[in-house]
Amino acid sequence: MSTGETPMPDRPQGGGRNVSRAFLEDRAKFVRKETVRLSRIAGAGHYSSTFSAAELFAALYYAHLRINPAEPRWADRDRFILSKGHAAIGLYPVLADLGFFDPKLLDDYTRFGSPFGDHPDMKKITGVDFSSGSLGHGLSIGVGMALGARAQGRSFRTYVMLGDGELAEGQVWEAAMAAGHFGLRSLVAIVDRNQLCIDGRTEEIMAIEPIEDRFRSFGWDTRRIDGHDLDAILGAFDGLAPAGRGRPQAIIADTVKGRGVKRMELALNWHVGNLAGADYDDVMAELDAGLQPLEAVS
Amino acid sequence: MSEAKPTHQDQSEIFRGTADGETRLKHEKSVQGTPAASLPAFILGEELADLADKDPRIVVMTADLASANRTNDFKARHPDRFFDFGIAEKNMLTAAAGMASTGLIPYAATFASFCGILGAEQIRTDCAYPRMPVRAIGHHSGMSMGFYGTSHHALEDLGMMRTIADLTVVSAADANQLRAVLRASVDHPGAMYIRLGRGRDAVVYETVPADFAFGKAKRLREGRDLTVFTMGTGLRPTLDAAAALAADGIELRVVDMHTLKPIDADEIRAAVTETGAILTVEEHNVIGGLGSAVAEILVDGPRVPFRRHGVPDKFVEVGPPAALYAHYRLDAKGIAEVARELLRDAAA
Repeated sequence: MSTGETPMPDRPQGGGRNVSRAFLEDRAKFVRKETVRLSRIAGAGHYSSTFSAAELFAALYYAHLRINPAEPRWADRDRFILSKGHAAIGLYPVLADLGFFDPKLLDDYTRFGSPFGDHPDMKKITGVDFSSGSLGHGLSIGVGMALGARAQGRSFRTYVMLGDGELAEGQVWEAAMAAGHFGLRSLVAIVDRNQLCIDGRTEEIMAIEPIEDRFRSFGWDTRRIDGHDLDAILGAFDGLAPAGRGRPQAIIADTVKGRGVKRMELALNWHVGNLAGADYDDVMAELDAGLQPLEAVS
Repeated sequence: MSEAKPTHQDQSEIFRGTADGETRLKHEKSVQGTPAASLPAFILGEELADLADKDPRIVVMTADLASANRTNDFKARHPDRFFDFGIAEKNMLTAAAGMASTGLIPYAATFASFCGILGAEQIRTDCAYPRMPVRAIGHHSGMSMGFYGTSHHALEDLGMMRTIADLTVVSAADANQLRAVLRASVDHPGAMYIRLGRGRDAVVYETVPADFAFGKAKRLREGRDLTVFTMGTGLRPTLDAAAALAADGIELRVVDMHTLKPIDADEIRAAVTETGAILTVEEHNVIGGLGSAVAEILVDGPRVPFRRHGVPDKFVEVGPPAALYAHYRLDAKGIAEVARELLRDAAA
């Protein structure tokens, strides 16, 4: 077990550990391109659910989380739970890039015996704080981690990224109720509000709005931001109240499922897909050019 | 003893766990042939509090049943390490896994029907799969909730828990065995499902068994004619049945297969060669539990007379537990009958 004695940088203030916005934009691009590359190895991938979270991943891991890849089991590290585990394909490259493991391991993504499946396994992958995949569980894991911090007098924060469609799972609201009841201010929920679940728009399949009102009524503080605007994301992180006893905090990040690749933006047929041949090259070139303005979607 | 008979009001309070010490003692004395230490659920919180005195990693949680399972005894002594999750079992079990990931050892207790059945996916996906040291405690298992009905019975939990990899599945028959299970559980790797009876079960172990070990069955009675494998609530009536049959010259070996998983296959193979005939007894659907587990070992060896005895694959009747045990022949009389039938059929 870690002693927690390794010196660590303080929680980054005012926009990260001296990282520029251009650097974070580049890391978000890296997340998207790696998602495309790794999906080709597997022959299928959750492109669009990962693209919507690319800026969130970049801001969290390169500018905000208090972590140390050289000591991945550090007891006082911030925890991150990817409750929407199907976006792990975007998390793995970040963990490799930060030095949690050798990036070459990703070249065998999803192949027989690989540690890297579509959903993350904490037993096999250094830097994954908890296994996920069954939607609706992650916020409860976060409640447990935040209670664990309190019971042991530790100062870490726990961040849970949820999908918007996932909010239809009842257990999310059991956890939300408990977090409010126990006053888990160190718990931060980030909702990737990318508008679509598999079968269609969330508001048509199972309406989840008004998300902020719902969290507030369970005892949470909320903030709603543009989840592709890095300044807004960093501002929300910097604006988090200090951990301690109090209302848990939810960041509702309005995003676009498939953001960054025109053919995938709010497209229903890209929840799982496979880019091959010329399509692969076209999409890589499109991503290289960086985010383009959104087209109006009817 | 008649003056010590508990009233209906006493029984109600005992069942809800709100009875005072004197009332509980009165009840304990009234249970047939049962010394005071015979009530597993009543020692749950106390034993965990004792363990927590020595081990700061231990935390306890329940889902609005702190009185019924006596985890309130833990709360009284370790209020900062006790968490009542309200009527939200799935959240409790998953949060237990999250707590375990930070270095704690959570004991999460609720009715077996809402633990091993309602919480099966949380136990599988969040506790067992990541190998979190969560101890999910399902009490009031089987049909011990009697007239509460099928929603509150747990006759499928063992079948569900047994098919989960990396999960230890264990039953405790009485207070002394539960103490042994809890003590051994603290540093046992991985997740665990601990199945308990109603909390007023008759004594099997007069003292805390010092030799308790997960995966190591224990012979409680030696006999040459038939081996009965059972555990938990099946033990006392089986031992009573064995005593009755001995009067007719029929000698049963009675084995406490407290750990259903990993099962003690050597003890099963020993029964094949040493007694031949084998009977399993369990307060569980005959599908999926102890009988199935023993059958899976037997099928790889020589054929011996074998019978699985438990609850038939039907939703059971409503009634007081004693009436249900009699109807489904899970009392001493019924088990003795089943043993005789097995031996008669084997001889035919």
